[in-house]
Formats: sequence, structure tokens, C-alpha cells
Amino acid sequence: MTGPARIAIIGAGQAGGQAAYSLRAAGYTGAITLIGDEPAPPYQRPPLSKAYLKGEMDADRLYLKPLEYYAEHNVDLVTGTAVAKIDLAAKRIELEKGDPVVWDALVIATGARPRRLPIPGAALPGVLELRTLEDVDRLRPLMTAGKRLVIVGAGYIGLEAAAVGAQLGLHVTVLEAAPQVLARVAGPEISAFYTAEHRAHGSDIRLGARLVGLEGGEHVTGARMADGEVIPCDLVLIGVGVLPNMEIAQQAGLTSANGIVVDQWMRTSHPDVYAIGDVAFRPLTHYGCSGRLESVHNAIEGGKIASAAILGAAMPAIDVPWFWSDQFDLKLQTAGLSTGADARILRGEPASRSFAVFYLKEGKMIAVDAVNAAPEYIVGKKLVAASVRVAPAELADKSISMKDIGARALA
Amino acid sequence: MPKITYTDASGAERTVEGKNGMTVMETAIKHNVPGIDADCGGACACATCHVYVDEAFMEKVGKPSAMEQSMLDFAENVKPNSRLSCQIKIRDDLDGLKVTTPESQH
Repeated sequence: MTGPARIAIIGAGQAGGQAAYSLRAAGYTGAITLIGDEPAPPYQRPPLSKAYLKGEMDADRLYLKPLEYYAEHNVDLVTGTAVAKIDLAAKRIELEKGDPVVWDALVIATGARPRRLPIPGAALPGVLELRTLEDVDRLRPLMTAGKRLVIVGAGYIGLEAAAVGAQLGLHVTVLEAAPQVLARVAGPEISAFYTAEHRAHGSDIRLGARLVGLEGGEHVTGARMADGEVIPCDLVLIGVGVLPNMEIAQQAGLTSANGIVVDQWMRTSHPDVYAIGDVAFRPLTHYGCSGRLESVHNAIEGGKIASAAILGAAMPAIDVPWFWSDQFDLKLQTAGLSTGADARILRGEPASRSFAVFYLKEGKMIAVDAVNAAPEYIVGKKLVAASVRVAPAELADKSISMKDIGARALA
Repeated sequence: MPKITYTDASGAERTVEGKNGMTVMETAIKHNVPGIDADCGGACACATCHVYVDEAFMEKVGKPSAMEQSMLDFAENVKPNSRLSCQIKIRDDLDGLKVTTPESQH
């Protein structure tokens, strides 16, 4: 398929990699330069806080494509190199090292970086974050049995790391400022369930926790709370969300909000520049608004859409946002976004460790959280996508199968 | 090393060498075998690595777990020999395994 002569992709994560793969899969034969600031080729991030952290998988199993792919498919993969500047007028990017790269179409897939804590001691040795392969390669050798690990933030990353920590025999304390865990992403039933699970595995989950500083000389030794208590620790992991890496786009003059603003084709305010993945502030097709999504689904979909847009191909299918989290033997699968829900329907008993919560707005399903409950997840996802009215009493009734519920609602 | 043969929906075959312990999905990705998306990377969370297992190997490959079965129950174009390739680990006795990929993973 024909297209512009030269395509540059800034960011070699799951989104940037996917853009390159989709372009080549569509038959594009022009030049592709894929530039990443990490030393590794594009890799999967989700296992970093799960199987990889636990030591159950080698780094090369994380790679999205074998290294040979890039040479065989003529993708110029430039790793370990940050981009210093985007020049929209001259259509080129300047690298922090090496020659500038000239492009006819540009894809920005710079991702996000962990939010830093604005408290004293946040830069002490032994205070770590978990975003990249290098982060985990630093963290993993320190996570040995008997160590005292304090995790700041009870989001997906914090809780997944807490689960691994408990399983490896560490003494884990999780500090969450909100009154519930997973506050940004899940309803109270799910939060209460996960809080109880972590506590049952021996972790100290503190809600409404007010951390004011980290203490230590050459190494972190404690977490100081607002009430004066100091929680002794050997290691601190910060997992309090991420910030989009959009500064170079802003400096170039591209429109931004909480991310680089794009249209449904992932096109920025410049007609030849696209933004995808965690950094893109994109239309959320099923919700009539725009937002940033931090997920594998969003990375893959953005890569496919930008590729189609650049090549003038048809719009790929737009999926309902989906997410998953593995903690202990529990698989949490989420479809949709629950923000704005006016009703929640519980299906199944949390005590059975297989249940789901459906989130409704004006009688229609907008999201589902399913714990070890694949049928609820899959049918729920279809119902969110179809935006049809659902019957709350049926959803709560385990004697009616999800297959039947789905068939009736979609009839 | 066990050999795995992947056949796509058009009938094109590719045989590659697998490694014990790796999954049939990972082996496809490692060898650039098309037809398996594996969006979630093998977490049994997305059902985009669906394959049909050759009847002769059905018994050796074994039954899907409850979670995998649930994912399969709702996947597209499911047949009795459907499996998620991220859940099939390669072993010596799976040498010669043949799987076919569906027309689409979505």
C-alpha cells in the first residue's frame, strides 16, 4: 500500500511498535524509523508487575516481536535514544544523540511516566518505581523474603506488586490516600474484596493513609505518616499514577489537554502528526467524551488506527476499553469505564471468589468488573458495546446464564 | 525440539521449532507466524490467540482450564477443537503438533 515516503515513530512501546507492525502488515514499503528511549525493543509492560516481577519469565519473552523482525521488515529500530525536539515546519525530529530524522508522517507514542511524590525523602536510595524493564530489574533482586516493603498507592501497579511481594515472603504495607483501593478504576464491592484478599495474605492495607515523608540517610528506612508514626521499611515502591510524556509535543505547538489531543483517527492538531497510546487524549467512542486510556487495548488500537489513517485505509474496529489485573489466583477483567454510573449490580457472591459488578447508567451497561468470571466479562463487554438497555434483576440472577442474558438484551 | 505446524485460514503451512515450556502462542510470535494476535500477551484475558488443534493431538493437548473454557465459550467461530494457544505449553510429546488459525481473531 502506498503512503508517505518516510514515517517516524517516537516511542518504541506497545503503541509505537504496533503502529510499525500494522504499517508493514498493510503492505507499506516506505521508510519506518522507530525511536525509543529505553534500551529494549518494544515489549509488553503488563507482566512487569506480575509474572516478570515474580521471576517466572525471562525478558526476551516480553518482546512483542523477535529482534530479527525489525531487520527482516526494514524497520529502523533506534533504541536508547530520546527525542529532543519536534520541528513541525521542517518536518524533522532532533535526537539527543545522532542525526535528525526527517519525516512525512509522524506518530507520537511517548507514553507516560510515573508521577513523583512531592514529599521529603522521595529521592532516597531504596525508593523505586515500576514502569520499565529496567525499573523491575532494579526492584526484583531487592524483593527477597523477610524484607519490609512499603507500597505507596493501591492502584493496579501497587496491588499487583503487593501480591507478588506477599507471595515472595516480604512484609508488605500498602499506603492508599483514598478511602478504598483501586479508587480510580473500580467500585466499592471490588475494592472491598481486594482489600480483604490482600489482608488475608498478610499485607497491611492502610486506607486514608497520609504519608508525609520518607526517612533515611544513605537508604530509605521508614515512611513517616501525618500522625507521627514511622513505618520501618527496607524498600519503598511508588505507584501513584502516571503523567503523559507530552512536553515535546507541547513545545512543538501541538494542542494538548491531559494528553496530546487527537481526533478519531488519532490525528493531532497537525494533519501529518498522530498521537497514540498512553499519551493520546482521544475520543472515547462509546462514551461521547475524550480521555486518556492507559492500557494494552488502547495502545494496540491506536497503532492500528494511526496506520490506517496514514495509509488512507478503512477505520479499524473500535473496541470497548478493556483491562485486566492478575493478583494471587484472581483475574480481574474490566470492560468499559464506570465513571458516571448511577447503579451497580452485583452478580455472584464475592466470598465464592468468582463474581462480577455491572455498572449501569440510565438503564444501560457502561462497564463490568469481573473477578474469575469470564462469561460476565465477555457478555458484559458486548452489552457495553451495543449500548442496549439491560434488566438489573436478570443480571443479578445467577440462575440465568450470561449467554441467555446477552441473547435477550441483544435480541 | 518439538516441531509445531501452523496452518492459516487459506491453507498456508509453516513449521517451526518450539521450545519446551514456551506456549504455542509465544512460539508463533517468536517466529513471526501470522494469524495469532495475542493482544494480552498470554494472560488468558483476550481470546485473540484462538487456534483449532489437529484432531490427532486433541487428547495429548488436554482439556482447557475453566477460565479458558469460559473465554472460548464466547469467542467467534468456536469448534470442539478450539483452544487458546497461550494456554498450550509445548512438551516433547507434542512434537508434530498441528494447529490452524481462524480467519480473524476478532
